[in-house]
Amino acid sequence: MITVEIVDKWMELFYQKISEQKAYLSELDTPIGDGDHGNNMMRGMQGVKDGLAKLSEPDLKLTFKTIAMSLISKVGGAAGPLYGTAFLEMAKNCEETQEPAELFKLALEGIKKRGGATTGDKTMIDVWAPVVDALAAASLSVEKVKEAAEGTRDLVAKKGRASYLGERSVGHLDPGAVSSQYLFESFIAAGGIK
Amino acid sequence: MTKKIGIVIVSHVPEVAMGIPKLLEQVAADVSITFAGGTDDNEIGTSAGKIMDAFEHNEAQELLAFYDLGSSKMNLELAVEMSDKKVNIYDVALIEGAYTAATLLEADVTLADIEQQLAPLKIK
Repeated sequence: MITVEIVDKWMELFYQKISEQKAYLSELDTPIGDGDHGNNMMRGMQGVKDGLAKLSEPDLKLTFKTIAMSLISKVGGAAGPLYGTAFLEMAKNCEETQEPAELFKLALEGIKKRGGATTGDKTMIDVWAPVVDALAAASLSVEKVKEAAEGTRDLVAKKGRASYLGERSVGHLDPGAVSSQYLFESFIAAGGIK
Repeated sequence: MTKKIGIVIVSHVPEVAMGIPKLLEQVAADVSITFAGGTDDNEIGTSAGKIMDAFEHNEAQELLAFYDLGSSKMNLELAVEMSDKKVNIYDVALIEGAYTAATLLEADVTLADIEQQLAPLKIK
């Protein structure tokens, strides 16, 4: 069950991970994108950190909503509306369920609708979809998350700037898949699936 | 008199968003045209907040929105969900599409006819 405490810890760990890996994320984005994913995510997570710090005793809905609005307004690239939509969907539905399997499933549907991408398009969905499946089967692990992100290497990009490169995108990891990997690793480390 | 339907331009680059209305105003003096370009820090990207402001500042209640690349459409859609105005998004070539719409709006052509003329300009 997801609680405000878990989400706070989750965002703190994700912020740290993005701080450590922002140069790497931008580097992944350079051959197949516009080279700014790391900086964009850093700007977004700084916004999340500042936004959450301003809240006093928020409930889960307000916590998710604050994360969503910070990402939407600060990230700038495609990751902003995509991650923002994911957290908005969780804000909308967290009064009915606090189960990660259900909330992440609704978030994934939001991402698919917003970006028009599906599994196999070499996007963040290629991490989100296997994570949602693993959660449903109660078998999510750090290894599975990593494996999913690594799996984007052999895919041909169908969405975003990488899609202009077509076959030439093969051999590169998708930066959004890797930042999603960090998101779920942080979730597990925050005690999200205990 | 200001036309009932307005135009909103969204681009990743502040100067691009700012420049296109200058072109459109030449053929559409009575159409309210607003724009949103770049992130909140005026860097390359788009901002749902800036797009909301462009909707708000437009004098019309119904808007035709034109954008450059994929991620601007995502922020446009987010802004539409949060706005009270009716906004139609067109997946057409940005400059040619907006210019066509501006010319036709100024001439009081119906939206259905405008959309028919925009259809062949669809590129995304």
